[in-house]
Amino acid sequence: MNMQDNDIKAQSSARELLKVAIVGHVDHGKSTFVGRLFHDTDSLPEGKYESIVAMCEKRGVEFEYAFLMDSFQAERDQGITIDTSQIWFNTEQRDYTIIDAPGHKEFLKNMVTGAAQSDAALLMIDALEGVQEQSRRHGYLLNLLGVSQIAVVVNKMDLVDYSQARFDEIEAEYRAYLTSIGVNPTRFIPISAREGDNIVNPSDKLAWYKGLTVTEALDDFKILSADDDLPLRLPVQDVYKFDDRRIIAGTIVSGQLRIGDKITFSPSGKEAVVKNIEAWPRAYTDEEKQNLVLRAGQSVGITLTEQIFVERGDVISHVEQADADSDGALMAPHLGKEFTAKLFWLGETPFEVGKNYKMKLGTAEINVRVKQINHILDAENLGQSKGDQLLRNQLGEVVLTSRHPIVLDDYREFAKSGRFVLLEKFDIAGGGVINLDGYENTREALFAHQANITRVDHAVSLAERENYNGHKGGVLWLTGLSGAGKTTLAVSLERKLFRKGLQVYILDGDNLRHGLNNNLGFTDADRRENIRRASETAALMAQAGFVVIVSLISPFAEDREKAALTQGDGFYEIYVKADLETCESRDPKGLYKKARTGEISDFTGISSPYEAPENAALVIDTAKNSVEQGANLLLEFATERFHREFSADYSI
Amino acid sequence: MSRLDDLEAQSIYIFREAFNKIENIALLWSLGKDSNVMVWLAKKAFYGHVPFPVMHVDTEKKFKEMYEFRDRYADEWNLNFIREVCPPLEEMDDTLPPAARSAARKTVGLRDATKKHGFNGLFAGIRRDEEAIRAKERVFSPRGAEGKWDFKHQPPEFWDQYKTEFPEGTHIRIHPLLQWTELDIWNYTHREGIPIIPLYRSKNGLRYRSLGDEDITNPVKSDAYTIEEIIAELGSTKVSERSGRALDHETEDAFERLRAEGYL
Repeated sequence: MNMQDNDIKAQSSARELLKVAIVGHVDHGKSTFVGRLFHDTDSLPEGKYESIVAMCEKRGVEFEYAFLMDSFQAERDQGITIDTSQIWFNTEQRDYTIIDAPGHKEFLKNMVTGAAQSDAALLMIDALEGVQEQSRRHGYLLNLLGVSQIAVVVNKMDLVDYSQARFDEIEAEYRAYLTSIGVNPTRFIPISAREGDNIVNPSDKLAWYKGLTVTEALDDFKILSADDDLPLRLPVQDVYKFDDRRIIAGTIVSGQLRIGDKITFSPSGKEAVVKNIEAWPRAYTDEEKQNLVLRAGQSVGITLTEQIFVERGDVISHVEQADADSDGALMAPHLGKEFTAKLFWLGETPFEVGKNYKMKLGTAEINVRVKQINHILDAENLGQSKGDQLLRNQLGEVVLTSRHPIVLDDYREFAKSGRFVLLEKFDIAGGGVINLDGYENTREALFAHQANITRVDHAVSLAERENYNGHKGGVLWLTGLSGAGKTTLAVSLERKLFRKGLQVYILDGDNLRHGLNNNLGFTDADRRENIRRASETAALMAQAGFVVIVSLISPFAEDREKAALTQGDGFYEIYVKADLETCESRDPKGLYKKARTGEISDFTGISSPYEAPENAALVIDTAKNSVEQGANLLLEFATERFHREFSADYSI
Repeated sequence: MSRLDDLEAQSIYIFREAFNKIENIALLWSLGKDSNVMVWLAKKAFYGHVPFPVMHVDTEKKFKEMYEFRDRYADEWNLNFIREVCPPLEEMDDTLPPAARSAARKTVGLRDATKKHGFNGLFAGIRRDEEAIRAKERVFSPRGAEGKWDFKHQPPEFWDQYKTEFPEGTHIRIHPLLQWTELDIWNYTHREGIPIIPLYRSKNGLRYRSLGDEDITNPVKSDAYTIEEIIAELGSTKVSERSGRALDHETEDAFERLRAEGYL
């Protein structure tokens, strides 16, 4: 089957879809409106109307159109929508998902959930009650959530005798409010949901109104194009190694990407070239590859021309080009440790100055601290007050800091990569948009020292060293629990290899901590740095021609993978395996005892996890093998891997 | 991007997010059109590999064609396939109406299987347009220890950020198809050439729109045989998709009760 012909056929049959949220103050008639909209556009499934009428009779309540939407018994009983609900209908022009977002203040998190996924919103105001606190708050939040197309529907016109004066008054008041927060409402429509005026057809009772009806206004909303024209932002979601490909996966948030593009990773500053764009069920042909452009919104997988360490949370952007036109938007994201944000808080406990939160920004997770709250915003009158906490459902402008540089975009330019959520315990408890006014971009400062470094070429090549030594250099990375026997094996192997005439040296975790790493403790970050320094040192010695035996617990797969990439070829992960019980019974340094009593925290195997290698080059089970047996297995392995025939393939 | 491309990209993003953030996950394969699309999307997300088990919680009352389909594609799609059998009807709550009681076997079977394999997360192919209660679901939907859904206190979900952190004892249902409609499923099945069970095609003027257990699922009147015909038919019908599912019609809150207990 020809995939492309098939594509064209299916695309023409899949109609355009627009998602519209209905928001507004509780009791202003959202659910009634939606029920009516469905009834009047003949969109209800067969028997739905009749079954709700029958349900009302059975329960002795008067029929309401709202019941068509409120699906929980609790919602019907209380007469308020608790959770956001979705329902589908279509006009001649296109399909719609209508998202009914609750208006009750208690359920703001559900309103946010509903509204944030919409392309446009209908904001409902009760003609009798007029503009209420929630009307303003919802208007403000829609803007913050990134919903820029808003039509205001003035409902219950039947209760004010279809008065144009009342409608004009509400429009003037609310338009002034929206304009003051930077929202430009597309239109105001007077309706009566209960009577069906101006929903689908114009109403005689509202003859003074010359504008569009609700369904016409829906058809008039635009489907916003994806952010293709902005600079590229591709947050790395994961790295897959299911086969010999190393695929970097993610969803493009903005911009475009092609094979051959030169890209950079933030915050590391590493650069690479896109080698291929992966696809299933079949790979792209060479011809397709030439014209292939990945765009914003696509979930993609790419491979690179060289192996560099990339992890979830890194952000891919294009390397700055002299002729690039990015309309003033930054080609690569801003790097900094501090930023200002407009924030809405949904948490159970107050958001407070001095507290730490986990922030999810794209695919990155970062610990941030609340440095200050510039002001608390009263959505009602836009008044600002001072304070050092935001309560649930409050809005404010805050300053957040991080210990390490983070990858930031200003939301006014990058609507999607410029926003984040904060977690309180296990749940999302707030959302914010980033403002970088007044903050220095530290990107250049961070990478300036790298730019000024040029590698010195050695006068002696690696091949010469290897010929001189009579063997290849490389790294044997021994990982395993404390007490598994790494050091014992390493010492025995070092002696055996030395006896055979190899240049060999042990880098032992404990020994390194006496010198090179004596400024490091045992926090996660310090343990990572400890391993990073060990792997860089090992790689240097391997380049000098040595066989380096590294003996380090190195509990995390990711750190060992980084070490492997630092070295490249000639890196062998050796899993020194022994079950916890065995290791604990050996306890050569008395550490397990201390870990059990809590004297040592974060101890691997007891209070911190050990991720066993899945694809170790060699596994030595020290619970089953003696030291001598284990060392001999290693010796055999090392002799074979580092063996080198003399080669004349070099010149001095 | 076209509507189907958009839905596909979102679903892939959801798969990848769950795979990265949640350990011990599995995909629930009910063998119907939706879960077949789900398996297909998983293969797309991970470039041909489905890097977690695919589990069928078997009531042993499915149609013969469904079992044939399962056995063939578990193999052809190279799935890490697990089959678990539901407990007998006699062990179920006898205050439930008959069809709901029968469906409850699946809930308990699923709960037991989840416990047995230690799954923290399950991909389920439900869609918001199927049923009003499902319209209120989240993409990442936490369950209590007994698999219960606290639908009145759901966490917020916005800006493509999902609930991926949870305390011991909770687990997460992940719904990669939540945004899809029945028509989207068929358009996508057609576009991608995903195999379907023949029961969806009209035979003697009848076809199945939704497949469940043989004894509580009824066909609808239809002459649609090809996928194009099915798509055309759905464009004009006002009969709801689950109208052939007996359990949806028993009492006003039967479905709400079932879902709260952990039914899909």
